[in-house]
Amino acid sequence: MIQNTLIEIRNISKSFPGVKALDNVTLDIYSGEVHVIIGENGAGKSTLIKIISGVYQNDSGELRLKGKLIHFTNPKQAIKAGISVIHQELSLVPDLTVADNIFLGRELIKGKFLEKREMNQRTQEILTSLDLDINPEEKIRNLSTAKKQMVEIARSVSWNSSLVIMDEPTSSLAKHEVDSLFRIIRKLKSENVGIIYISHRLQEIPEIGDKVTVLRDGVLIKTLPVNETNEGKLVSLMVGRQINNYYHRENKKIGKIILKVESITRKSHFKDISFYLREGEILGIAGLIGAGRTELLRSIFGADKIESGSIFLNGKLTDFNHPSQAIHNKIGLVPEERRDQGLLLDKSMRENVALPSLNIHAKKGFVDKLWEIKASEEYKKKLQVKTPSIEVILKSLSGGNQQKVIIARWLAADSKILLLDEPTRGIDVNAKAEIYHLMNDFTKSGGSILMVSSELLEILGIADRIIVMREGMITGILDHKEASEEKIMTLAALDE
Amino acid sequence: MKLRKNKLGDYGLLLTFIAICIFVSIMTPKFLLPQNIRNIMVQVSINALIATGMSFVILTGGIDIGVGSVAALSGIVVTAICKNFPEASIFLYICIGLLVSFIVGTVCGGFNALMITKFNVHPFIATLGMLSIARGLAFFYTGSKPIFGLPDSFGWVGQGYIGPVPVLIIIMILVLAIAHIFLDKTISGRYVYAVGSNEEVAKLNGVNVHQVKFMVYIFSGILSALAGVCLASKLISGQPAAATGYELTAIAAVVMGGISMSGGKGKIRNTIMGLLTIGVINNGMSLMRVSSYLQTIAMGFIILAAVAIDQYNIKK
Repeated sequence: MIQNTLIEIRNISKSFPGVKALDNVTLDIYSGEVHVIIGENGAGKSTLIKIISGVYQNDSGELRLKGKLIHFTNPKQAIKAGISVIHQELSLVPDLTVADNIFLGRELIKGKFLEKREMNQRTQEILTSLDLDINPEEKIRNLSTAKKQMVEIARSVSWNSSLVIMDEPTSSLAKHEVDSLFRIIRKLKSENVGIIYISHRLQEIPEIGDKVTVLRDGVLIKTLPVNETNEGKLVSLMVGRQINNYYHRENKKIGKIILKVESITRKSHFKDISFYLREGEILGIAGLIGAGRTELLRSIFGADKIESGSIFLNGKLTDFNHPSQAIHNKIGLVPEERRDQGLLLDKSMRENVALPSLNIHAKKGFVDKLWEIKASEEYKKKLQVKTPSIEVILKSLSGGNQQKVIIARWLAADSKILLLDEPTRGIDVNAKAEIYHLMNDFTKSGGSILMVSSELLEILGIADRIIVMREGMITGILDHKEASEEKIMTLAALDE
Repeated sequence: MKLRKNKLGDYGLLLTFIAICIFVSIMTPKFLLPQNIRNIMVQVSINALIATGMSFVILTGGIDIGVGSVAALSGIVVTAICKNFPEASIFLYICIGLLVSFIVGTVCGGFNALMITKFNVHPFIATLGMLSIARGLAFFYTGSKPIFGLPDSFGWVGQGYIGPVPVLIIIMILVLAIAHIFLDKTISGRYVYAVGSNEEVAKLNGVNVHQVKFMVYIFSGILSALAGVCLASKLISGQPAAATGYELTAIAAVVMGGISMSGGKGKIRNTIMGLLTIGVINNGMSLMRVSSYLQTIAMGFIILAAVAIDQYNIKK
């Protein structure tokens, strides 16, 4: 098996407003080899893939396919050139058959009629060559996720792809299905297909990978042959960096238990979750995307229903069916997507801040506009929200200021517990520091915070205790004094 | 002319309205006569009731195309009942009228809301169903024959005056004022805007989105039913074919007035502007002896223009 250089990635950089997603990445992908790419959420893996597959265009640097310079402006060109991607969200049409999907866009026709028999036959040939037991005339919606993935791979083969990129292919597969997948990958390797394999499951790497590249904050940290490394080494490459010391943990008094969660479960989201939260405490929740952290917060807030287990607030059993009940009990949620879930973008700061508190300050059903204005002005000053006035609509504010408005809303509602979901995502450094300051002030006066974050340094810098979740379950609860990036990453990424 | 509407904000529509008034009064001086102005207002007042209900619904991002049918059904119901009280006082007729509006409106509106919230039927389809059902009921009950034989006193609401002002105009002003205060100053009004702006955000801020939807569709139902009762009083008869096409006029007025179909934005006072503009256009065309079929065609174009401009602004 000849190992030719399939893709040459040279000094690729890509920026988006406010963030440099890829910084001068240089890397070689060989045919007949499985090259694994790992990194934390936001490390740049998905951006790199999208550039290679034509979804994005790189800002600078060069890309070569089999020695020839390439510059794709759309994914179709990449497919034609022999590069295909199997995304996490599968792109098959559910109501068409396997053969239909494989030939979609390049159907075999005789005059004006589809040559169904010919297409079915060709599909069968491809499936057989991959040792797949799938009927070409089966509708996609009747196949299991694993089989759907196989069909996607078969499609890449039918496109004569020389490079197949797989994004988290095993995230929804059972062990025996993973084995089938690996068998096919090895088959593709033997036919000199190059494979880029993105995964969070570090334990799979020795089984299927030949080389592994670690990305961190858009920078390529290292590329190594798989047999020269181990899981522990990979974890430290993924996380190790200088600690910024703008996180600030204050000395404060931690009081009694205010929230207690016992064995709560929401099927296919999280299972058997138990923990407690105390007054004055910041409890961080770490984990990778898909671990179920957002869903956990939403369920505590009453936005989604839990299926079993109990939640106790100040010792009393709660049964929230709707956020209005959580809000009444002085809980506030700062959602993950501030633009889609956190704010009414076409409304003013005043309206957004006042919304959950309107009914408390009502005067016989009428809005207490004086209170609204007073509260908004008060928090505009306290949180230093940069806006010309409380009447300006939120669309025109920066991300950091928008986030402050959401926090202001819950402070104005007199919340005692704040559920924060990625509170500093996409915010500039200064605004971040201000938000940490707010969090500390809040907890110093007895408030409690439950914070989901994908930034390890953030959690380590500000949380008093840290829960780590993996695939819907808690894998560990650490005190900040004993926690480290490696420990958290290990709990978040590795199978025990 | 209509393009200027949104560039100049609220004033665009006002300018358009004034331009049309000037144009029509040059073409037919009769336009400016006091009794013509009063005629316009009376024509507008019944549509205003429906358009007010429609405003609530569109503000939440929904639509109610069954309003004309509900009005017709309510007109049939009220005339059928009142026929049993031929000697009754105006006061009694008013009470019956209010009761019928309330009941027919709540049942129809509540049913729409149930379909939309519990069964997840798209508002357009749900209210399309009501359009057929209500209209069908009206025809079925009457056997397609209008209900006549009501005393003149039954026509007080639709044709009478309080002092120099027609009763219908007073009703319109009352309804518009209450609607304005409700939307502008009450908490429930705020919730309507929140739901229209972003349902998920509203929910995460404690707003009971389903409750708000029930409220607005019931409002629309009651106001449409009230319009139907007023219309029946005006015609002193129950016409199963009454209010046909009124939904289009209502939607056009609401959208022209700046309440966006995407929900969450706009004020009732602007709906009035939309209504007056349409009223003047209709009146102008009648005075200029334009065929009523051409009027329908013109109305179609006006609605398309209004909604197209609105969609363009949404995209911006």
